[in-house]
Amino acid sequence: MKKFETLTSTMVPLNIEDIDTDQIIPARFLKATTREGFGKNLFSDWRYDKEGKPKADFILNDANYKGEVLVAGKNFGCGSSREHAAWAIADYGFRVVISSFFADIFKNNALNNGVLPVQVSQQVLDQLFLEIKKNKDVRLTVNLPEQFIELQGASLKERFEINAHKKTYLINGFDDIDYLLSIKDKIVAYEEKSKYLKIVKS
Amino acid sequence: MKQMGKALFDKIWEEHVVFNLDESMSVLYIDKHLIHEVTSPQAFDGLKKRGIPLARPQRTMATADHNVPTKDQHLPIKEELSRLQVKTLTTNCENYGLELYGLGHPFQGIVHVIGPELGFTLPGMTIVCGDSHTSTHGAFGSIAFGIGTSEVEQVFATQCIMQSKPKKMKIEITGKLQKGVTSKDVVLYILSKLSSSGATGYFIEFMGSAIRDMSMEARMTICNMSIEMGARGGLIAPDEKTFEYIKGREFAPKGKAYEDAVTYWKTLYSDEDALFDKSHTFNASEMEPVITYGTNPGMGIQINERIPVEANSSEPSAKASFAKSLEYMGLHGGEQLIGKKINYVFIGSCTNSRIEDIRSVAAFVKGKTKAANVHAFIVPGSKQVEEQAIKEGLDVILKNAGFELREPGCSACLAMNEDKIPAGEYCVSTSNRNFEGRQGPGSRTLLASPLTAAAAAIAGCITDVRTLI
Repeated sequence: MKKFETLTSTMVPLNIEDIDTDQIIPARFLKATTREGFGKNLFSDWRYDKEGKPKADFILNDANYKGEVLVAGKNFGCGSSREHAAWAIADYGFRVVISSFFADIFKNNALNNGVLPVQVSQQVLDQLFLEIKKNKDVRLTVNLPEQFIELQGASLKERFEINAHKKTYLINGFDDIDYLLSIKDKIVAYEEKSKYLKIVKS
Repeated sequence: MKQMGKALFDKIWEEHVVFNLDESMSVLYIDKHLIHEVTSPQAFDGLKKRGIPLARPQRTMATADHNVPTKDQHLPIKEELSRLQVKTLTTNCENYGLELYGLGHPFQGIVHVIGPELGFTLPGMTIVCGDSHTSTHGAFGSIAFGIGTSEVEQVFATQCIMQSKPKKMKIEITGKLQKGVTSKDVVLYILSKLSSSGATGYFIEFMGSAIRDMSMEARMTICNMSIEMGARGGLIAPDEKTFEYIKGREFAPKGKAYEDAVTYWKTLYSDEDALFDKSHTFNASEMEPVITYGTNPGMGIQINERIPVEANSSEPSAKASFAKSLEYMGLHGGEQLIGKKINYVFIGSCTNSRIEDIRSVAAFVKGKTKAANVHAFIVPGSKQVEEQAIKEGLDVILKNAGFELREPGCSACLAMNEDKIPAGEYCVSTSNRNFEGRQGPGSRTLLASPLTAAAAAIAGCITDVRTLI
């Protein structure tokens, strides 16, 4: 997994609530059998018209807004568990998503793909949207080891929470599967002593 | 000091912890793993790259459901990418020693329909699948939840998964349901009160007299949609109905093994003094049929209510999102849905495609005919459901009423196959999501119960089913 420590970047604002994973990557694009290439279809139905031409009013088509940080309305990533949503976000080039609330499965999927979900209060989120509106070139620093985000010019500095295990793994680029494979003996020992597995021998 | 009682969720969770890494993360053992063609190929690729086998093939069940056509399943799949994805699953299952219930197999069907139907799903288990509606299996008193493909790979490689423990929510449903009001209405009602993020971070336990009165299939509908509130999953303590449902099913324990299992399953309930992080109570007697008007499942109203005039929050972003949603749906605040013309009705999906759903629709439409403008199709959840419906003559009743009975699959719930609702058209759907474009680009979904959907097909417009029964 790609390591994450700190980054400083401009932001892309997407002030819509309850963005579900069907919007992030519609189901018809889930037919691929590899993890690559989903970025071109990120937010496809909001980004392109029926003829496949970019819609001028969608933020990803606005050359003024670029960067590795996506700032989105609350309850981001709800709905389907498709990890393709996290793959699309990563493949497009986002390394951080900031919102006031994330759906659980999306949060896990993002973390498993080197994308950092940063949860902030609604007030901080609103302030970020406001600052971007005032100055589209404003830069944000995201510091994972010390768990804070800071706006350029220090007008805002905010701590964020993250699962301790996920934090260590993301900073070091460790992989959960490598870890699980390393404790095979413990898993076999569990299977041998499990009361439940003895009762339901299925 | 007296020890506090335990919640059902904690009992099952603790039984499955291989060990706790730290306060924030556990290694959880997974009893059963369900897979399908869409979220598994990249996980199989991971095994291949590492050069390792699949750890416990006997704990894994595979089927093809998301992409499959619902007509002429005996012929090769026409759509190239769908055909390739289903073929990839077949090859992977062969290479890794998994039995596949693919097209043409008598056990084929939607993954969350066949798990319970085959007795693969049992109380007290941990069950995962790369599909958010895995929560369905919680109806049996199991911890069942959807996972991403990286996590599918974890389970393939080790039969374990890294998980942080969610908080616990209790939802009690008292009272008795009125005639014409179903478990789908109950869950849509709860969603309309708690919103599509109201249970994020929680695992829900549903309880109360209304839940006890429900059949296993009705309970599955409730647990199925717990994910739509943002919950990791939802579960219901097993009871006699659960044990009776399981008895004799294909992979269920038999004879003495079954008796021993029942003895254990009877210990699976929340103690009286168990603590929950949050509790809600609802009264089933007050509930009417519910239908959604917006673009997330939390945007629902009782059938005779009007669409809210504005968002229930004064946040500018909430107001803008609410307006965007109504614009997409072509609806207005304050409008009534009763009488609204619709041209499509879809009855199916892992939420409502079981035999009881089809029986209730058939009983309702018997002797009636669908409105001329409506395309009404019913997609059974599995081959076994389809065969049962035919055995009971339901196919004839449905056909006479102008409904088309298709072959099993996920179908128009997510429109990965050719079953798509055209842009701009309304579809009263028994599925679980009304997101923008969910049933095809530009489609407009109104979620409802099978009865409300059938009533809309007969009337040609949205109707209170209670006026027709």
